[in-house]
Amino acid sequence: MSFLDLKNVTKIYPNGTKAVHETSLSVDEGEFMVFVGPSGCGKSTLLRMVAGLEDITEGDINLDGKLINEVDPSERDVAMVFQNYALYPHMNVYNNLAYGLKNRGIDKETIEQKVNDAAKLLQISDYLQRKPSMLSGGQRQRVAMGRAIVRNPKIFLFDEPLSNLDAKLRIQMRLEIKKLQQKVGVTSIFVTHDQVEAMTLADRLAVINNGIIEQLGTPIEIYDNPKSLFVAGFIGSPQMNFLDGNIKNKTLSAEGFEIKDIDSDFEGEVKLGIRPEHLSQSENSLINLKVDLVEQLGSDNLVYGQLKDKKDFCYRCPGNLTIEKGADLSLNIENNKYYIFDKSTGKRVN
Amino acid sequence: MTRFITSSFSHLILLIGILIMVVPIWMIFASSTHTSSMINMNGLQMFLGDSFYENYLRVLLYQGGFFKEITALKMFFNSFIMATGVAILSVVTSLMAAYALVYYRIKYATLLFWIIFITILVPLELRIFPTYSVMAELNLVNSYFGLIVPISASAIATLFFRQFYKTVPDELLESAKLDGANTWRFFVDFLIPLSKTMIVAMLIFMFVFGYNQYLWPLLVTTSEQYWTVVMGLKMMSGSIVHRFAFVMMSMVPPILIIIVLQKYFIKGVFQDK
Repeated sequence: MSFLDLKNVTKIYPNGTKAVHETSLSVDEGEFMVFVGPSGCGKSTLLRMVAGLEDITEGDINLDGKLINEVDPSERDVAMVFQNYALYPHMNVYNNLAYGLKNRGIDKETIEQKVNDAAKLLQISDYLQRKPSMLSGGQRQRVAMGRAIVRNPKIFLFDEPLSNLDAKLRIQMRLEIKKLQQKVGVTSIFVTHDQVEAMTLADRLAVINNGIIEQLGTPIEIYDNPKSLFVAGFIGSPQMNFLDGNIKNKTLSAEGFEIKDIDSDFEGEVKLGIRPEHLSQSENSLINLKVDLVEQLGSDNLVYGQLKDKKDFCYRCPGNLTIEKGADLSLNIENNKYYIFDKSTGKRVN
Repeated sequence: MTRFITSSFSHLILLIGILIMVVPIWMIFASSTHTSSMINMNGLQMFLGDSFYENYLRVLLYQGGFFKEITALKMFFNSFIMATGVAILSVVTSLMAAYALVYYRIKYATLLFWIIFITILVPLELRIFPTYSVMAELNLVNSYFGLIVPISASAIATLFFRQFYKTVPDELLESAKLDGANTWRFFVDFLIPLSKTMIVAMLIFMFVFGYNQYLWPLLVTTSEQYWTVVMGLKMMSGSIVHRFAFVMMSMVPPILIIIVLQKYFIKGVFQDK
């Protein structure tokens, strides 16, 4: 049995909404697990069930070999960082960190020691006497993290903790969270809707949609090998291009081009997925793109345009290539890196 | 120029308003420092006289009532006990009622709250006979307990605290739970400190409310020992300067409490940060 074990966990709200369908998942000790998915997909609900803030309708949750379904949140020994931090507004930073320890009846000197250590680790030692309202967003974030760390819990739970920060700070805090987790080595679950955050933070990633884990794996596995249309579309920025097509006798025909000898026995209507970064310009091309717009990011250019059938399409090329608006590009798929999905079920077929 | 005229005009109106409110009080105060023969001959006075100590001391220490059992000093003491009791008891009960209504999973909490709330429409005067008979059955007539308890359930304070608790973000409770706080600790460590200013404001409100009670103390006390200041105002006999002095003194406690706590009062009622 692994450190955290979810077995057929289901959540049905009193009004009948099924937020989480029979979900099973194991998280190993010290692992950084990320739940990623669009808003309302049930990822936060799943996290809150681990924390004990939501009742479990069906299924079992085991933490460190102990069934915790009925254990009160205060007894579970989990720490959570909330989206709006939920700092205690009437207590100064020191007491914010110390409160959980005081409730556990730890003696004063130990508390002081632990709070000071955590504060040093997070570089908030100078603010210990301040109230949360006197701190900046980044500092509040650190205090929230400190409150989790100081208790030395079995598991850290992060509920979209970076979404209230500005872009630059978010990237910085993302790095710090990852470093900190590696340093402290505590098992963590991080919920986010931002796939870049998910990719960069995760040891393993669970892509969740409509209360179901669509795919579970390391970030690179999921990027390289999406198992469904949803995962393919959700992971990767800019988004994967999807084209309608049809397979007959191992030949895929899409609007304007054909791919022969594909590695699939599937026949029928499909979606062909091609990542913008898996394309290159070449003579004997498959795809003809009429350029509408070029976004220059410096290192890369994102080229947006339309295919013959007016379908929107994106192509990512190195930043040193100059591409004019209105140009016609002939593109080829690099190394046969394309994905085929059954149009009706969304399942990967190649 | 026109602006100067309009603004002077509005100031003039305000000044007149202030005078209408302040002058009578001042006249009573000024008159209360003269001898009674002076007032009887010359009417109300605008300027201070020299009998201040004499008049006020006599009022404070005079043995009044039919049985000569009560002094003004004792009335102030009774009123203070009653007002403080009402203030503390009603704030404590409203705090706890609001806590239960907002945070406990009570099935019909909203309905229950509105039932509490409509008691505002049922003033003490309407239920005064049943309330009296309850107090009589419990042998609480002529006691501080009987003076305080029946008027200490405050729907308005419950409303205030409930509305405030509803604005406290849920994450705070959840976070506190994960930090090991139980129901009682969350109440004591979070809600009470967070509603501190509001508690002070309600204490003032309820103190003044308790202090101003007239009909209930009149009914529930038969012994002069328990007379309050407001009852005394009605019962006072004797010379006019002494009555004036008593009126002036009766205004002091509520004014004092508002002056001392006004910083919290404003903050609590208007909730500015």
